[in-house]
Amino acid sequence: MSEIAIRVEGLGKSYQITHATSGYRTLQEDLRALIKRPFSRGSDAPRQETFWALKDISFDVKQGEVLGIIGRNGAGKSTLLKILSRITKPTIGHADIYGRVGSLLEVGTGFHPELTGRENIFLNGAVLGMSRRDIQARFDEIVAFAEVEQFLDTPVKRYSSGMYMRLAFAVAAHMEPEVLVVDEVLAVGDAAFQKKCLGKMSEVAKGGRTVLFVSHNMSAILTLCKRGILLEKGGIVLDSDSNQAVAQYLNTEELSSVVERPIYDSTKKLHIYHATLLNHGKVTNSFATSETLTLQIKCRVSQRIREAQIAFDFATGSGEYLFSSTHQDFTGEKGELTPGDHVFECEIPLQMFRQGQYRIGIASSVPNVEMLDFIEQPLVFEIVDDSSPMFKLGQERKGIIVPMLQWQISKASEVSQKETVGLST
Amino acid sequence: MASQDKPVQAPVRHIRIQPARAWVALELQELWHFRDLMFILMMRDIKLRYKQTVFGVVWVIIQPLIASLIFAVIFGRFAGLPSGGVPYLLFVYAGLLPWNIFAGALQRAGNSLVGDSKLISKVYFPRMVIPVASSGSILVDFAVALAVMFVLLLLNGWQLSLNLVLLPVFTLMVLLISVGLSLFISALNVYYRDFMYALPFIIQVLMYASPVVYSGDLIPELVKPFYAINPMVGIIEGFRWSLLGTGEFPALPLAVSLGIGILLFIIGGLVFQRIAQNFADVI
Repeated sequence: MSEIAIRVEGLGKSYQITHATSGYRTLQEDLRALIKRPFSRGSDAPRQETFWALKDISFDVKQGEVLGIIGRNGAGKSTLLKILSRITKPTIGHADIYGRVGSLLEVGTGFHPELTGRENIFLNGAVLGMSRRDIQARFDEIVAFAEVEQFLDTPVKRYSSGMYMRLAFAVAAHMEPEVLVVDEVLAVGDAAFQKKCLGKMSEVAKGGRTVLFVSHNMSAILTLCKRGILLEKGGIVLDSDSNQAVAQYLNTEELSSVVERPIYDSTKKLHIYHATLLNHGKVTNSFATSETLTLQIKCRVSQRIREAQIAFDFATGSGEYLFSSTHQDFTGEKGELTPGDHVFECEIPLQMFRQGQYRIGIASSVPNVEMLDFIEQPLVFEIVDDSSPMFKLGQERKGIIVPMLQWQISKASEVSQKETVGLST
Repeated sequence: MASQDKPVQAPVRHIRIQPARAWVALELQELWHFRDLMFILMMRDIKLRYKQTVFGVVWVIIQPLIASLIFAVIFGRFAGLPSGGVPYLLFVYAGLLPWNIFAGALQRAGNSLVGDSKLISKVYFPRMVIPVASSGSILVDFAVALAVMFVLLLLNGWQLSLNLVLLPVFTLMVLLISVGLSLFISALNVYYRDFMYALPFIIQVLMYASPVVYSGDLIPELVKPFYAINPMVGIIEGFRWSLLGTGEFPALPLAVSLGIGILLFIIGGLVFQRIAQNFADVI
């Protein structure tokens, strides 16, 4: 099993960034340029800068090897996967892939809310490169795996989010490529779903297929992959066994209490452009257990969206999810978001957590229907010892979280007396 | 790195990923490989189009019928234009059949890539699949409209001729022209959304430049050379010849249609393939 499945040599990808100060481009301008030099879209515009999202990447993957790719947001992981999945072209270098490639950068790509479960299975299967015959042959398996038998002929817009995710993953799990490229797909869905996905993933990994796996969940990387590549600023900084790669990644990780994105993104109905961690209104990445963290999320909504919700998930430093919450936790109402900028704030008391690093990821979706936007665990912060008695007490206990709970104490005899009284009346 | 390992040979599918090139082959075999996806996307478009309409297929029947009726009244009755002895309604309807394939395919394909931008940024498949599937979905409307044509002919007691045998060939030709132009427009629309606004207008202008609502005999000598290079002329005349059995076989216009159709398909395809390499980055 020493044959090569993937060989990447000198791969790089650059983007042209046009600075806003250069002003508008009009069709007229472009037409003029087009006449002069067909197809070289505005390369003579003055204020442009080249940004290398990925540069000089070389590595080999043997057949049957499971390779984890880790790195911070913007390190180039997604760009690398997009190139290897043939979604986008590299700027320089090349890669050879031997075997049928299946890539899974998102679950449920192509799902249409108006179509039924059955129709979506075929649609999504075809999108993932399966033939109709393949899908037909595995149809029953897919349906059984997703547990949606009774709802096969219901439009998926009426599915619960759990059902929707299960169905989407079921289709993906039943494609059988020789080389599998997987991006952060385990990030969505509830804990049970994630467990199921992870189980299926390790099954695939053990089945002798070549897998390239990107995740922020370090425990998933450690479970699935023997080898790990650590990317930083578009280059490979470490190519070693996964333990070492994960260790270095966690060591070098910086805390980050603010995520900022361009305020405008026309491709999304809802665009999260700003998220930050606040302590009494001040941005910080270090909190004491006795303090309260305020998570602030700003998003721009470009059209009315019914039943949209904003959510976050809270994970340990190594990426294991602890819990998640949505802005409708208390109201339970399915409201709607109107066009404009919205600010969401959530207060998280920290007294139940241990000392250490934590991460917060942000997402927005219309449950059962569509993912609107998400930022994979961009916020990293630490909880520190504030040497309060409560904190000391907590640290000596067992468990991942150490909540302090209210207890009631009363004399046993009083309780039994109350009971007798209650009985006699 | 690991240079002693030999890449696997023969039966294994090998893909080389390399930077965008100036010109990419049409890769029609790749398109064929993804025919199932094309078919399923086509079915999706068709289902979605009629899923939430009350009358569904009735619209497909009514639209060309009413349009033909209006044209027949205006051009046949009021203006008294000649139609070679054929009832004007039949004359116009036969012309609208291929025209609606052309106009519909262009309109549907035009915005198709932008509409499926999520697919383009998340999975690989030959990008041509999307506009071709969108254009292809018009064939369902065509089939319905054609059935109505036969009913109209029957009601008028019109005799069908052997000319009908060539109708599928003409249909393929109009598809060739439409898809070629669709590829071009859908690709450019990714960069310049202007096309979506210009398209309905352009289609309308082109319709009056083609013998849809009038007979080609009315074209003055002066404009004939320009008129002759319009690939839809041969197709429309071919449809009338085939369905109504009137006039002579339009050999020359059809040859022009075929030639220009092939040319449009190749040019449209090459432009598309070239631009398609960067879709995921710009869409």
